[in-house]
Amino acid sequence: MVLASMMGFGSLARESGLSFGVSVVSTATVWGLPGQVAFAELFAVGAPVLAIMLASSMANLRFLPMSLSMLPLFRADERAWRWRYILVALMSINTWALTLRHGPAMPQEQRFHYYMGLCITCLTGGLIGTAVGYYLATSFPFFIIVSLIFLNPVYFVFVFAGARQRNCILALLIGAVLGPLFHLISPEWGLPFCGVIAGSAAFWIDKRMKAPPGEITP
Amino acid sequence: MTNLSLIGGMWGLLILVSLSTYIWRAGGVLIAQRIDPNGAVSQWFTCVAYGMLAGLISRILLMPIGILAETLLADRMAALAVGFFLFWIFKRNMLPATIGATMVFLALTTLRSYGYL
Repeated sequence: MVLASMMGFGSLARESGLSFGVSVVSTATVWGLPGQVAFAELFAVGAPVLAIMLASSMANLRFLPMSLSMLPLFRADERAWRWRYILVALMSINTWALTLRHGPAMPQEQRFHYYMGLCITCLTGGLIGTAVGYYLATSFPFFIIVSLIFLNPVYFVFVFAGARQRNCILALLIGAVLGPLFHLISPEWGLPFCGVIAGSAAFWIDKRMKAPPGEITP
Repeated sequence: MTNLSLIGGMWGLLILVSLSTYIWRAGGVLIAQRIDPNGAVSQWFTCVAYGMLAGLISRILLMPIGILAETLLADRMAALAVGFFLFWIFKRNMLPATIGATMVFLALTTLRSYGYL
């Protein structure tokens, strides 16, 4: 999955005029498709340096709540905790979603191995994908490249469709509705606002549903 | 053209972009160290993360930017509908759903670029 969607990025990067080395290394150091796409597309149109930094940074703002919600899983394992700044650097939507789903059921000391294995597999796939995509870019027809790019969001739709916790499901549903609406209002700030509002609403509704009748005092 | 001479070329730009991305990840660590991992704040942040990701993905599918914007909304939605149908048939298994949806999308865009649709 990661390999195929990073092939899409590789071909995009080549068309944007990024060098092979920069494209492949960006997969490892930025490690998040929306930020990388912003980087490649803005570079292609010759945007100012500061604009490229801001856009790719904003595209990856989601990593703040993501790393925050994942780290508690590793807190009790002293060795994993020492590596916390590395753990978050390796985190992607994929490894985050899977770790959040399977991690809590695992013994503390197993989570670190599970997570590292997952990250290294995904990163390797991503690096190979970027390299292959970069070299094959010119020989792929439009419908192949666009399908590879489509694969990535679709995969995440079904990763999240498997969520089971009520507050997470609520946040996903509200977020999915608000995301496009907020984007229309502000393409730069729409997403963080969407996250905070959808997340807070889901959190609050979930708490109200859990509270026994009579105790609800808003 | 992006002014690369001051920042050490394309590699300099990559370093700046990578650092501006990493600050969010590191920020998560800094806050995580200061809050109760099982407390309400931590739960709220998880909800925010889910809300943000759902918003991002639904925006990409409904209002894509870049190359995906050149495809039809109807094709993307048809592919997604097939995906959800497979997801339900295969008892919440994401692999057939993802592959099925992508195959439908590939078929539709291929047929369109050859003028059959």
